[in-house]
Amino acid sequence: MRLKAGGQIDRDTKLSFRFDGKHYKGHPGDTLASALLANGVRLMGRSFKYHRPRGVLTAGSDEPNALVELRSGGRQEPNTRATVVELFDGLHAAPQNAWPSLRFDALAINDKLSNFLTAGFYYKTFMWPAAFWEKLYEPIIRRAAGLGSITTQPDPDPYDKGFLHCDLLIIGAGPSGLMAALTAGRAGARVILADEDFRMGGRLNAESYAISEMAGSDWAAQIVAELVSLPNVRLMPRTTVFGAFDHGIYGAVERVSDHLPVPQTGKPRQTLWRIYTRRTLLCAGALERPIAFANNDRPGIMTASALRAYVNRWAVSPAETVAVFTNNDDGHRTAADLIAKGVKVAALIDTRPDAPKAAGTELLAGAQVIDTSGRLGLTGVTVKLANGQTRKLACGALGVSGGWNPNVSLTCHQRGRPAWEERIAAFVPAGDLPQGMIVAGAAGGQFSTHATLAGGAEKAAQALTDLGITATKPDLPQAEDAPTRITPFWHVKSDKRAWLDFQNDVTVKDVKLAHQEGFRSVEHLKRYTTLGMATDQGKTSNMGGLAIMAELTGQSIAQTGTTMFRPPYTPVAMGVLAGRSTGQDFRPTRLTPSHHWAKEQGAVFVEVGMWLRAQWFPRKGETTWRESVDREVSATRASVGVCDVTTLGKIDVQGTDAAEFLNRSYCNAFAKLPVGRVRYGLMLREDGIAFDDGTAARLAEDHFVVTTTTANAVPVYRHMEFARQCLWPDMDVQLISTTEAWAQYAIAGPNARKLLQKIVDPAFDISNDAFPFMACAEITVCNGCPARLFRISFSGELAYELAVPTRYGDALIRRIMAEGAEFDVTPYGTEALGVMRIEKGHAAGNELNGQTTALNLGMGRMVSEKKDSIGAVLSRREGLSTADALKLVGFRPKNPQSRIPAGAHLLEKGAKMIVANDLGYVTSACYSPTLESYIAIGFLKNGQARMGETLRAASPLTGEDVEIEIVSAHFVDPEGDRLRA
Amino acid sequence: MIINHPLLGPCDAQEFTYKGDARLIDRPDGMAEGSGPAFYDYAYLRDNPAGEHRELWFHEQGDRSWLVVTRNTVTHDIISVELARDVARSMGRSR
Repeated sequence: MRLKAGGQIDRDTKLSFRFDGKHYKGHPGDTLASALLANGVRLMGRSFKYHRPRGVLTAGSDEPNALVELRSGGRQEPNTRATVVELFDGLHAAPQNAWPSLRFDALAINDKLSNFLTAGFYYKTFMWPAAFWEKLYEPIIRRAAGLGSITTQPDPDPYDKGFLHCDLLIIGAGPSGLMAALTAGRAGARVILADEDFRMGGRLNAESYAISEMAGSDWAAQIVAELVSLPNVRLMPRTTVFGAFDHGIYGAVERVSDHLPVPQTGKPRQTLWRIYTRRTLLCAGALERPIAFANNDRPGIMTASALRAYVNRWAVSPAETVAVFTNNDDGHRTAADLIAKGVKVAALIDTRPDAPKAAGTELLAGAQVIDTSGRLGLTGVTVKLANGQTRKLACGALGVSGGWNPNVSLTCHQRGRPAWEERIAAFVPAGDLPQGMIVAGAAGGQFSTHATLAGGAEKAAQALTDLGITATKPDLPQAEDAPTRITPFWHVKSDKRAWLDFQNDVTVKDVKLAHQEGFRSVEHLKRYTTLGMATDQGKTSNMGGLAIMAELTGQSIAQTGTTMFRPPYTPVAMGVLAGRSTGQDFRPTRLTPSHHWAKEQGAVFVEVGMWLRAQWFPRKGETTWRESVDREVSATRASVGVCDVTTLGKIDVQGTDAAEFLNRSYCNAFAKLPVGRVRYGLMLREDGIAFDDGTAARLAEDHFVVTTTTANAVPVYRHMEFARQCLWPDMDVQLISTTEAWAQYAIAGPNARKLLQKIVDPAFDISNDAFPFMACAEITVCNGCPARLFRISFSGELAYELAVPTRYGDALIRRIMAEGAEFDVTPYGTEALGVMRIEKGHAAGNELNGQTTALNLGMGRMVSEKKDSIGAVLSRREGLSTADALKLVGFRPKNPQSRIPAGAHLLEKGAKMIVANDLGYVTSACYSPTLESYIAIGFLKNGQARMGETLRAASPLTGEDVEIEIVSAHFVDPEGDRLRA
Repeated sequence: MIINHPLLGPCDAQEFTYKGDARLIDRPDGMAEGSGPAFYDYAYLRDNPAGEHRELWFHEQGDRSWLVVTRNTVTHDIISVELARDVARSMGRSR
């Protein structure tokens, strides 16, 4: 119910919203939780395992219970905490993990079966038979023990990523964070103040006490106003710093549009920030912990500080009559605040026999709550009094205070290990904090308002001093400075279930069972019972669990220790981690210089790494890709074809030692390659396995152009830089990648020269005598355009590769097509390229597959013994050069129309398809229009000695089993007459 | 992580590509008699220290320098950053 006055809400504006199919009203400033409570709704969800009715436990991001499905369609968001959802007009939310309805949930039967569903239940029950797991157990468990459901529709909203730098990152805008920001902001430091709430002020917004005779929330607003005026301070409300990473880097999510029905045009839904900091001040405050007692999970039972926050900040009381159960003085403050707001407090139940006096309600000192009633919402509590008698109290809400835990999560994200502090009976930050992190205020165990204000100013000044920035501490405002008085009390002894972890349904009994079964270290306890393993990471539950384990083992809490907190502090949506890298934008797309032209021709494209390459160019009337590819191959071999080969890596190598550098980088000899000539080169890894192949063209004594395969352009460049800088640092050689600088086309076929002669400027003689096979030159084309011409052939035809600066690439392909019209020049794509290289027996990526050596590839003799080159020594290892080593050979099916499956393994006729009979495998296969037969190449044990034999190529995957003849891999023009023509 | 590049100053580790143990600089002479075992060690054997580790990082999204970064593998503290070329020279490598 909403109180008549007060609260930081705009009562003049009404917002409509829907929950569980019913319509309600709230106000700006409300959260979904506060608005529901204002409408008398305490039941908000069902628990994970037992499907127990649940309401809010907290008023913040530590909420384990009140999880809802927010929005619908592509924007549907499961497991959203109602306590942090900012209310907007038209909001709709649905309860989750309840069927058929929130009030009547069929799986609440689990609650009756709780004796069987204890810790370790899954491990013990679903052991056998193994086959049942996937088909039976897992689907049932997933349905029964789920949280919210995700949408299968695409998320319509954009998410962004951003980078920020600052001198001082302040995490949390409560009293210490605000004082710190004021101190650092006035000193001129670059400050970021991030807070997960939409209203800065932290607990000041939820408390009733005054700061310098102002309401705490008003004082906070006044400080925020000054900070807004400082250009060096960036205020980031609705921003959760979720992780502390190496070297002062923090991850944060800003919920830019979550408080709106849909994002404004051009705005992202959320932004992922990477914040680079010089110093960080953690002012994350403290979180109140509950006390475990029988049936302590009914809707209406919440932390005392949450009850106080709802009354003070949102002017909402969950019930007309409430009670408070505490073991410390802070619980008394809750009772006092409630009474001041006109809420009836049935009693203040304090576990301490020496509890201080209380006004306005009955104090039950030395008493304990031993049970509660109310199936869908609290109706009353049973109290065991100090004298042993029991008493029933009627109340609709109960505030529970077991003390406060400093919010140490972020201090643990590197190697911090919190230490126990007896004074406040809680863990405080200790050990190696993340680099540059200082902790201030309640997060450091300083709980009074005065101490947090003073701590914020002092720690900020200290951080700035470290950075050489002088800061003057602002005057400290007047504030309460009450000492922390607490007598630790963790759970009320009972035979009934008392909840510790509300989200994962872990009770005191489960901890006892874990202890009994030997899972006693905190890490074992956590994994066996799942305590603290839910999406809230046990913010409200870990402490109670390990205190009870300490009690059971007879150790102190300090000896028992605590589990680690890890990023993210609160759940982070996958969408914001992906940012804009989704769908087509998952990674950049690289387009070849002829892309637009190829698109005009109706080319079909294929992704090759990041590149899009033309795969084939269908013509009218062609109905299958094979028709197009066969035509492209035949036309090229009959006259002339052209293919964009820009994607192959190009590395410019210059310097007086360039030749010697390549000599050591390639396994074959390069030192004596004459100027104006190209040579094929094979690069090995240092372990002797083939790494990459390509060509090196010597344009001048001290200038080479090296090509790599498309896939290895980056790794080869990296490898060559490693050799240059780390292995031979004094060689005079420079490297630069020029892959994108040159557009390069292969022009292949008997008419290639005739076509080129129409393009190459007349000053350059490219006749066979003047420019033979493997020649290269820097020339000009099209009346003065600088170009490079290489007479190299991947297709086996008379062929050239012509390169021009990339900006002329589009013009050049159009000119080639125009000048080549008289030869019926045919553009071909990667498929025809592949067919022609298989016909010619050239190795490519399928053969250089990271397992093959030069010997396997039939190039064993290329590895020079006269020089040292990378990989040469280990390539000569015994195991790599056995007599039956795999050799590259060709395969022809007995029936030319029988497809040879790529990846098939080679077997003797009649041999069983088992590994012991494996003779090798097929790497590349295609239909050869030139031979009018299917063909393939691959590796066969001792292959060169088995020419003419018949074997089988069998694929257990496709079921194909084809008789094949072993032939030379050079199907077309084995003598090389065509390419020398 | 942030790597303090000797020429460019602090750079995010995301700009770099990692290779491994800086011992890879110390490549044996392939022409030396019986260099097989030395190459076996070079190609396959690595220490895996919990603590300080000298390792090679390539500034691929930057100036393409190879760096030797001395990093504590437990804490990720970076103790020193040197140009690999200088390290190689100091180890007697030249041409």
